Amino acid sequence: MKQSKHDLGSTKNEGMENVPMEERRQFLKMGLAITGIFAGGTIFSAVSVIDRVFASSEEFTAQYPYKPHYGMILFQNRCVDCERCVAACAETNHVPHEGYRTRILMKEMPDAVGLKREFIPVLCNHCNVPQCTRVCPTKATYKDPVNGIVMMDTSKCIGCLTCQEGCPYNARYFDEHRQAVDKCNFCFDTRLSKGEKLTACAAACPASCRVFGDLSDKGSDLYKAIHQLERPVWVLRPEAGTKPSVFYTKDTSAVAFK
Amino acid sequence: MANGAETAQLTLNGLESMVTTRLKSGSMGYYFLLLLCGGLVLAAAGLGIHAMVAGHDKYYNVYREVPWGILISTYVFFVVTSTGLCLVSSIGHVFGNQDFMPIAKRSVFLSIATILSGFFVIAFEIKIPWRMAIYNVISPNLTSNIWWMGTLYGVYLAFMFAEYVFLLLDRHKPAVFCGFSGSVAGIAAHSNLGAVFGLLMGREFWHGPYMPIYFIASAMMTGCSVIILFHFLGYRINKEEMPVAMKKALRVTAKLGVLLICVILFFTTWKMISGLAGRPAGKYEAVMALLSGPYAVNFWVFELGLGMLFPLVMFIRSKGENLKMMFSGALAMIVGIFVMRYDLVVVGQIVPVYHELGVNEYKHLLSYAPSLYETVITLGGFGLTAFLFLLGEKLFAGHKVEENH
Repeated sequence: MKQSKHDLGSTKNEGMENVPMEERRQFLKMGLAITGIFAGGTIFSAVSVIDRVFASSEEFTAQYPYKPHYGMILFQNRCVDCERCVAACAETNHVPHEGYRTRILMKEMPDAVGLKREFIPVLCNHCNVPQCTRVCPTKATYKDPVNGIVMMDTSKCIGCLTCQEGCPYNARYFDEHRQAVDKCNFCFDTRLSKGEKLTACAAACPASCRVFGDLSDKGSDLYKAIHQLERPVWVLRPEAGTKPSVFYTKDTSAVAFK
Repeated sequence: MANGAETAQLTLNGLESMVTTRLKSGSMGYYFLLLLCGGLVLAAAGLGIHAMVAGHDKYYNVYREVPWGILISTYVFFVVTSTGLCLVSSIGHVFGNQDFMPIAKRSVFLSIATILSGFFVIAFEIKIPWRMAIYNVISPNLTSNIWWMGTLYGVYLAFMFAEYVFLLLDRHKPAVFCGFSGSVAGIAAHSNLGAVFGLLMGREFWHGPYMPIYFIASAMMTGCSVIILFHFLGYRINKEEMPVAMKKALRVTAKLGVLLICVILFFTTWKMISGLAGRPAGKYEAVMALLSGPYAVNFWVFELGLGMLFPLVMFIRSKGENLKMMFSGALAMIVGIFVMRYDLVVVGQIVPVYHELGVNEYKHLLSYAPSLYETVITLGGFGLTAFLFLLGEKLFAGHKVEENH
């Protein structure tokens, strides 16, 4: 051990500027594989568990289990907490005032350098390994076999609220008017099924914070925003193992960062 | 088989007069208690139905972040008790240990009474219970622990009911079969109840294989205390001297109780240490809430003091002879275990799911206190168990077990 300590101590810091770009990319890729927190790792894992055994990450890079595989990426630092998304969601989906399908959380850091606070919009993550659907005794909540949206069949909901306990994102609430648990369904019944391309929240956002689309479409903005190595992409509560279809990133070109 | 032959010869009129005589044999105090318990059940049912019609959100204190409150913990308490009664009593009449034989009838009857009380409470907790009756059958989700628990408890109740009927008819073989099947269904149902909590990945305080195992062990601990408590009370109500065989049965039950208290103390110690070592996110905050936070009194005084240490001392000091000492230990243990279930359910939810995110909305622990409606419905559950117990003591004449059983 002494010998190796001596060896390490004698090495010089060569600086990041001397590391070739290819090597830096390799290092980043290794990080993806190890942590699974960044987009790559998360997606690979999500896809692998659906109907096949995980073989190698490359095999599933471009495959998603649903077509379209609806998802969203949120550019966290673009959110200004105007709450138009919350209002649009409530109006479109008849969300009662005591509940919400999406909301904006605020994180404050008074001692931070530069920005002192940021906003984090949250919604149902339309997980690829959803706990809510596993725990529901009557299949009142289920993963749509076509588009992967976590749906509610309100007529089957017994109101045991186990799905609320199972959800690591606090995305569900009991709606007394509907007499069932209610949650975000990416506006499937109110917009997508009627030909609209965006959810109400994404359409209402003035800062393009919410990018909604088809994860399986390589040409979509959503796909491009996730499949890159320039910006870190993460999911909320990766330790819950739910493999979300909702991702987060930050706009590194934003004025706020200067 | 003398009793069996006697039963077969009973006419309906004879049965009616026997039941009437037995029910009329109670003291004034007995009828007052019966009335009080019946009143509690009716009050609970009234408030529960009102909340169901007018909206649970207006009358219950559970909310989006803490959707499960005292009604769930009371349900857990009752089904834990029922399973415990079934398992401890089965040692005798199913697995053949003669010492446990005398407690069989009353314990099986009480296991039915307690599970019915559990169902009574949960019926007012679930928002739309009638949908459960339909969709549990036509749209079952086999990956759901709640589904398995509900279904298996249904099977369990049927077996326990059949077992009690066979015990009454003194038909030993089918009673053993039903008792064994009931025990298997009870263990499966109860460990599934543990899994309802234990398999939730996002709830760190609950998550892991600990819960199903802990639930079974603590069910047996609860069973011991409830058997001692109700047998003591049963003989008081019937104003009878406890036979030697029954005293011996309670002595071995107390011995088993001592062993199981030690097992649960061991479990609890490691549960707490695992929540402290390395400060695991989500779990550490919950464990600290129990050790030195808002639930410290619940944990130290009720869970540990009344639930385990006091009964441990009482059971050991009684040497299985001093029934009053055993009764006081059993009573304290039941109070402690009720708080144990409450803490298990509530503390598992007080750390917000977004706590680690560091956002303003979820920086602090969540809180919950039962509403008046929730409290009355909880008391109604206890009222139902007490009502059925009191009624059973007279109706089945002290649940006596025949010598030739």
